[in-house]
This record gives sequence, C-alpha cells and structure tokens, in this order.
Amino acid sequence: MPSSTDFDSVNRPVYDRGDNTVCVIGAGVSGLAAVKNLKEHGFGVDCYERETTIGGAWNWRNDRSPMFASTHLNTSRPTSEFPDFPMPDDWPDYPHHSHFLSYLERYADHFDLRPHVWFGSEVVSVEAADEDGRWDVTTQSTGRAGSTRTHRYLAVVVANGHNWAPRMPRIEGMDEFRGKVIHASAYKDPAELRGRKVLVVGGGNTGCDIAVEAGQQAVKAWHSTRRGYWYVPKYLLGRPSDQVNMRVAGLPLRLRQWLHRRVSAVAIGEPMSFGLPKPDHLPWESHPVVNSALLDRIGHGDITPVPDVARFHRTEVELSDGSTIEPDLVVLATGYEPRFEFLHPTLTGSGPDNRPHLLLHAFAPQHPTLAVAGLIQPDAGLGLMVHWQTVIFARWLRLRAADPARAEKVWQRLHAESGKQLSQGKLTDVPRHWFEVGYKKYLKELQRLLDETEVPA
Amino acid sequence: MRIDRSADWANPVPPVRREVLSATPEADEGRPPLLFVPGYGHGAWLFAEHWLEHAAGRGFPAHAVSLRGHGRSGTAPGTGLRAYVHDVVQVAAGLPRQAVLVGHGAGALVVSHALARYAAKAAVLVSPVLGGWGTLGMALRRNPVGTIPALAGAPLRVGRRQLFGRELPDEQARAYASRVRFTSRRAQFQLITHRAPEPPAGDPPVLVVGSQQDGIVSQAALTRAARRYGSAPLLFPGMGHDLMLDTRWREPIDAIVDWLEKD
Repeated sequence: MPSSTDFDSVNRPVYDRGDNTVCVIGAGVSGLAAVKNLKEHGFGVDCYERETTIGGAWNWRNDRSPMFASTHLNTSRPTSEFPDFPMPDDWPDYPHHSHFLSYLERYADHFDLRPHVWFGSEVVSVEAADEDGRWDVTTQSTGRAGSTRTHRYLAVVVANGHNWAPRMPRIEGMDEFRGKVIHASAYKDPAELRGRKVLVVGGGNTGCDIAVEAGQQAVKAWHSTRRGYWYVPKYLLGRPSDQVNMRVAGLPLRLRQWLHRRVSAVAIGEPMSFGLPKPDHLPWESHPVVNSALLDRIGHGDITPVPDVARFHRTEVELSDGSTIEPDLVVLATGYEPRFEFLHPTLTGSGPDNRPHLLLHAFAPQHPTLAVAGLIQPDAGLGLMVHWQTVIFARWLRLRAADPARAEKVWQRLHAESGKQLSQGKLTDVPRHWFEVGYKKYLKELQRLLDETEVPA
Repeated sequence: MRIDRSADWANPVPPVRREVLSATPEADEGRPPLLFVPGYGHGAWLFAEHWLEHAAGRGFPAHAVSLRGHGRSGTAPGTGLRAYVHDVVQVAAGLPRQAVLVGHGAGALVVSHALARYAAKAAVLVSPVLGGWGTLGMALRRNPVGTIPALAGAPLRVGRRQLFGRELPDEQARAYASRVRFTSRRAQFQLITHRAPEPPAGDPPVLVVGSQQDGIVSQAALTRAARRYGSAPLLFPGMGHDLMLDTRWREPIDAIVDWLEKD
C-alpha cells in the first residue's frame, strides 16, 4: 500500500510503492514469469492486466488473443515450458492452445501469482520519475473509463506481448474489393471458411496453418507468398523436429543447413518440387515455418500456391504475375506489430525505423530499471527464454543495489557488445524477422549475463 | 546454473504411471504440500507407514511417490538418476501449490538434483545418501559382503541392521527389510559417477536430518551435506537409517514440521 504520497508535474498524486516493488505490465506467459521470478528474488510485484483473466495471447477468450480453434504450439514441450515447472509428461509433444493456457493457470496457482495481478487495469503511461531510475506508472480501468492512478516503482517489466496489433498491409484497390478481407487475428474457426473461395496471404506459420485449413474446408483455396520458404516438418525420424535440431545444434551452421535440406527433402520434399519458388535464403536464416501438411495439401491440389498480391479489383485479385483470381474471402496473415503506446519511443531506444533497440532484445539501453520480456522470436520455445530473461532482470536489480561498481561493469560490457548478432546466419530483412534469435546463441548470452549478475549471499 | 540443456530437451524422459500415496488434512489451512521421495529400493509405502498421516494431522497435505521401477509405479527402459529426478519433478509440478521436497537416503540425492528443475518451496534431506566415493567407502566398511558384488554390477544388498535402530523389534525389522527391492543397476552406479547437482532453482531453504548411528550415512557425510546448503544437520541419536520406520519415528517428522512452520 502507498507508503508516501507525492505529486507529479501536473499535480496528480503519486503513490509511492517503496524501494522494493516492481511493476509488471501484462499477465501472459512473459508477465507471469516476471511476477514469479521477481517474487522469488524478494521483490514486491504489482502486475497490471487489461483483461480479467491471465494467459494473454494464449487465452482465446481475450479480445486481443490471436488464437484460432486449432492453434497448437509449434515448438515441442521441453523448451516451451518454464525450465523450473514442466508441463505434464503425458501431454502431446505439441500441446493445443487450451492445454497451454491451463498450464499457465497451474503456474499462476502453484506459485500463488494471482494476488499480484490487478485485473481490468490498463497501463496508460510509464514515465521516468527521478534520478534513481524509478518509474511512475499510470493506470486506468480497461476501456479508459474512470479516473487514473499513478504509482511509483523501483523498476518496470514490459510484457504486453507482440502478437496483438495486426500489421495490415496497404494494397492498392483494397477498398473497392467487394469480397470480405480479414486479418488472421480475426480468424477463429474453420467454419468461417466452409463453402467459400479463400485466399490466404502470408507465408509465415499462421499463414501456412490457415492455408491448410482452407485447403480442407473451402471450395477453393489459394495461398499467396511473396518469397520461397523452407518448411520444417513437425516430426523428423519419429521425433519432434526441434528436438532433432537440438541434437545437432552444436554443429556448424553450414553443416546444419546442409543436413536440414537433405533430411527434409526426404521427409516432406523440397518446396521447388511442389511448384513453389526457391527460397532466397538458406534454412535457419529466417524463422522456421513448421508445417508438415502444407506441401502435402498442395500435392493433393487442395491448395493452389500463388505469387504476391499486386492489387485488388472489384471482384478479383490481381497477382504479381499478371494473372487474376476471384476469392470471396481474403485472410491476411501478415503478422503483428509490437506496440508500446504507454512508453515514449526513446525509452526503448527506438530509432527512425520505429523498432525498439534493446540490449539482448530485453533491456532498455539507457534505462537500467526498464526491461521488455518476451520480445523475441526464437527457433525454440518462448517459456525457456522468457524465464531466464526475467530471472536475470531480478538478479540485475539485486546486483545494482548490492554492488553498484560491479553492476556498472556489467552494464558497460553489455553496451560494448550491443551490436552482437543473436540470430543464426544473416537475416532476411523483413519486419517479422528483426527480433529473431538463434536459441543456442541467445542462451549463451543469457548464461553469461546470469553468471555476471550473481550476488554472493 | 547451466541454462542450455539441449541434450536433455532433445531426449525427453518417457512418461510412466507413477504411484502416489497421499494423506490430506481435514481442513485446508493453506500449508504447502510435502512430497516424500523414498530412497533406492524403497517405495512410497515407506512413508505411508507413519509419516504421511502424521504430517497431515499437523495440517500439511502429504504425498509420497514411488520412483519408476519401485513400488507400484511403472517401468521404462533406460531408467537412471535422470528419470528418477524427472518423476519427482513431474509429481511436484502436478501438486496444486509450491511443494516441499523431502528425500530420504538416495531419494535425497534425487531431490538435490530435482531442486534444479523445479522451484521448490523448501527441501528436507533425511539421512541423505548423496553418493560419491564417501558413500562407497562407508558401504564397503559397514557392508562388504553386500557391496563388493554390487561393484561388479550385481544388485546392492543392504543389511537390516544398517537400516534400523536397535529399538525396532527384530521381527518388524525383518518384515520391513523384506519389502526392500533392488533398484536400477544404472542408478546404482550413478551413485558414484553422477555429477554434482546444479544449484537449486529459486534458492529454497534446505534442512538436513539424520542420526549418528545411521549404518549407511556417516555423521561427517551429514555435516558435509548440510554445509553444502549453509546449515548444520539436525541429529536424532540412536536411530537407524530408516528414521520413519523406527519406534521413535515421531521425533524427526515433528522436527521437520516445526522447521516448516517457523518460516
């Protein structure tokens, strides 16, 4: 409870939550990990959640959840779970989204996290409060009704997710098109596709998953991709393919790329043999598209692969090769935009490209008490990564208090190495790839930081 | 702490059916659940004898698991220390609240490894057999006839007088000893060859409990185990290795519950 009351620049009261309380924004996978790990390190935690339940993106009841009926994890259990709280071992290798939500609920109950969450509270702004790096966090009931309240915190962990603000492409003629155009985030159930002629745009994991459903449900299904992709089957040699990849993760990238091509050519075939464009990159240079069914459906003629969309007309869609198709439903699986409306862009080091530039994709470069959890796209599960990100942040806050000189050294080192590449190979520069990380490389960096931030008892 | 566990992730431990015996308090007082882990050769029955009910009587939900291949739990190929650790972590994570892990004998070794894979509320190591050359030396000294064949891969035979204090009637001791089974050969070797456990996740408090007259764990080993977790062992003179079957079984479990209540 407020220990003292201060007033901000426009004379509103600020409730000081003391020197040991951290604010966490969001109660999804990343937010819950942050609450648990900060609590475990002895911090008080207030978590603000705009919805009335936990789970964030994984809770399909939430407005902003991108889940559709058949969404499954596309990484297998061992790295999708938190490393200190495994999922039940009799669950499937790739759990359904409802499984994963129940896992998060168990995590919240097991570690008694719910009392820390203020449900139905939206964060309006996060502003630097004083020289000590503390923050004033202003909240309001979701929907921006009612009055605002401002609390002061030692530190802030932003965990508001990055799969809720649809990236809508502007394509010429979209307004005059008479068919229905939706973003993938609005797609919920395969019944929406039944009896229709469907065009799915986008070659990412979501685009491919929806294209497969369109192939099964729609009268006609087209799948438009701009570039060629390598597809990773969900299983290789009878095991989840990410686990197979982990067996060889220590090998040089070139060798793995060669192996990947050979093995998946045997398992599902190369995209080129299905009439798809040859990828302009090597395997593992861009986030893997994990899908066993797409090429299979194309082979059965259920999905017609088509090139990029050039423009929309009243009743038809013109493709980049000049041909036209006549869908009545267009699903744009064109990804999401990370958004932090409550933060001034300079806080996350955003440049003109509007992308946050964080140290190790997690720590605000100019603000040692501000972190963003879960803003990465690894080639392994997220639970693992976000657990260690938040453990490190908790340790880092402890180290700053216990040994400022050593903390400063660690900080200098992080800055000096801020240009280090965390992805594998060179990345293809499209919007969805900038926060990709190669799990092995990324864990190595986290390990180093974890060791450096150890506070002797 | 090692965070890249690729070799582990690439090769998950196969699931088995796990026997869990439980005793729950009449009213839920919000206490953390206790998960008892028996040592090699023993099953969950070891704790069902006295301790489960007693802990529940003092307000703590109490559960005991049989490691795979023990008691009524299932079996799977390739069983060893890693699979046992997996069993403990799976049962612990399945409990409704953050659990206290209580390991006995080599079960304490399993718990010490499980602590790195599950953020426990606290841990208690009872007569801990943490392995290594010290354990082997003690075994050779106290029980050469049972131990030397084990070095060649035969099942380790443990004497009944190593397990029980003098006060336990002979007949009872014989009955208990007849329930002790052999453990996996790999796990037996891993007592000596296993790597030191990684640091626990979340740094829980750890209590070491034992007896000077334990025929398997020396007092020096108890002190060493406690020192690893920054404390001193809590000793119950005159009791055997299987404290929970002794005539004075109440004393150690009461001390453990007192220690938990203090936090």
